[in-house]
Amino acid sequence: MNLAPIPHNDHLFVRRLKQVGELLRGMRVTWGYLVRPSRVVTREYPENRETLTFPERFRGQVVMPHDAEGEHNCTACTLCEKACPNGSISILTTKNIADKRVLGRFVYRLSSCTLCNLCIEACPFDAIHMGHQVDNVEAASYERAALDLILNKREGR
Amino acid sequence: MNTPSSPSAPAPEHRLPPGFALHASGADGSQEYFLNMGPQHPSTHGVLKLVVRLDGETVVEVVPHLGFIHRAIEKMGESETYVQYLHLTDRMDYLSSHINNLGVCMAIEKAMGIGVPERGEYIRVMVSELQRIQSHLLWWGAFGMDLGAVTAFLYGFKEREKITALFEDLCGARLTMNYFRPGGSNADVPENFIPRVLEIVEEMKFTLDEFNALLSANPITISRTQGVGALSRERAISYGCSGPVARASGVNFDVRRHAPYSIYDRFEFDVPLGQNGDCYDRYRVRMEEMRQSVRILEQAAASFPEGPHRAKEKPVYKLPAGSYFSSVETARGMFGTYIVSDGGLKPYRIKSRSPNLSNLAPIAEMAAGGKIADLVAILSTLDIIVPDIDR
Ligand code: SF4
Ligand code: SF4
Repeated sequence: MNLAPIPHNDHLFVRRLKQVGELLRGMRVTWGYLVRPSRVVTREYPENRETLTFPERFRGQVVMPHDAEGEHNCTACTLCEKACPNGSISILTTKNIADKRVLGRFVYRLSSCTLCNLCIEACPFDAIHMGHQVDNVEAASYERAALDLILNKREGR
Repeated sequence: MNTPSSPSAPAPEHRLPPGFALHASGADGSQEYFLNMGPQHPSTHGVLKLVVRLDGETVVEVVPHLGFIHRAIEKMGESETYVQYLHLTDRMDYLSSHINNLGVCMAIEKAMGIGVPERGEYIRVMVSELQRIQSHLLWWGAFGMDLGAVTAFLYGFKEREKITALFEDLCGARLTMNYFRPGGSNADVPENFIPRVLEIVEEMKFTLDEFNALLSANPITISRTQGVGALSRERAISYGCSGPVARASGVNFDVRRHAPYSIYDRFEFDVPLGQNGDCYDRYRVRMEEMRQSVRILEQAAASFPEGPHRAKEKPVYKLPAGSYFSSVETARGMFGTYIVSDGGLKPYRIKSRSPNLSNLAPIAEMAAGGKIADLVAILSTLDIIVPDIDR
């Protein structure tokens, strides 16, 4: 499909008149926004921090949900560690009182994580999620070490 | 050159910075000098450095310097499994990340003989077209700002935000999507996907009219772009340009039409072609492409099927030894993925043919003889994404 050709043969006066018309047409749009604030979409962040919500599937940093007793679903199977493309996860295992291999520390390096979702897809026990709270997004820090996180709350459980 | 030469100094052409070839014009009053435009210049869209040889305000030669954002993505791919590699393609042309993902997925599917369910194909087409519109909206805004219309920048981003919000609900990300997987996509679309797409389609029609009113026939836009940076059809082909840049020069090539992938052959759409290959034609081709994408979205939304979104997932993706190629049409042109497999879990070599390097190549030819302000308009309508060139 060819684009419509551009007419060139107008008289100079007609052309100038059309140009002014075009400028006014553009102006009408911008002025329209001034009197139709319903089409304005600005959100005031961080003022709206308290009410800010993210979609269900939003990919913030990786979090490990704990239930009321402080238990998590992780069995230290290391599938997420293997799925991670850049080694952001290290599963350090330990033995519990019954000599069973359990999760010692879930080390998660937010500094190298690309938030790609592959670890969550790999986990067969639904033990980790990508956070969609405002705290899971605001990760700025002055020190890189502050981005090395341990996701399980108590060691050896 | 205005530096005086002494008999012992090397001949002036030997003192030119690398990449420059023309001899000094020698004309009286010529005031040639070199100027670095970028890597931090706002109109170079990221980290492109253009070394410009100027005579007053007239461009004599332009040499692009690349490599400021090289991350060795192809090399990294050799030490990652195929599915892990997908998320790196997001970071090439970040405004077409869905479509880049699709290209790699298609190469894997071709190699392993994986089919995609009907619904999966529809999701692919619709998401790709939304991505194209999203990318062109950002381009429109950035184009306006490059020419000095900051209002356009805000309007472009405002409209783009609707599609970005939809992607956020769809895959959780706004830029680096990592959504498509071999055999389909990693999740089904949310329940309200089709109503929201239809909403976007309706709003896009209004938006495009509004955008046309703002810029398309604006006398300033026209005088800055018409007849500026013309690229002939022959030169576009010999530079290997693709996408809107080539189509504005009249090259009738669109991967979606001429080597249809996914289910593009089922939809009706036109491939807009320009005649002059100047900045204004590139502008109009992109505006028309948005309309055509809206058309495809309408047709796809009307016949969106039920069913699974992904073929049965394989525990590992292991490509049989051999080489595989797939090509898709991103918002900027043809994106090819070439995989050489030795039968292992990881590619032996993975190579991307990205559209931006070839689209940038004619810049020296297009800008020569024009003013430096034209260079900004040319760069803007070439719509370069630098991380895609450097990878
Ligand atoms: S989101 Fe991706 S990069 Fe981050 S820890 Fe999970 S697998 Fe690794
Ligand atoms: S988070 Fe999931 S995949 Fe990772 S070790 Fe725990 S159970 Fe295994």
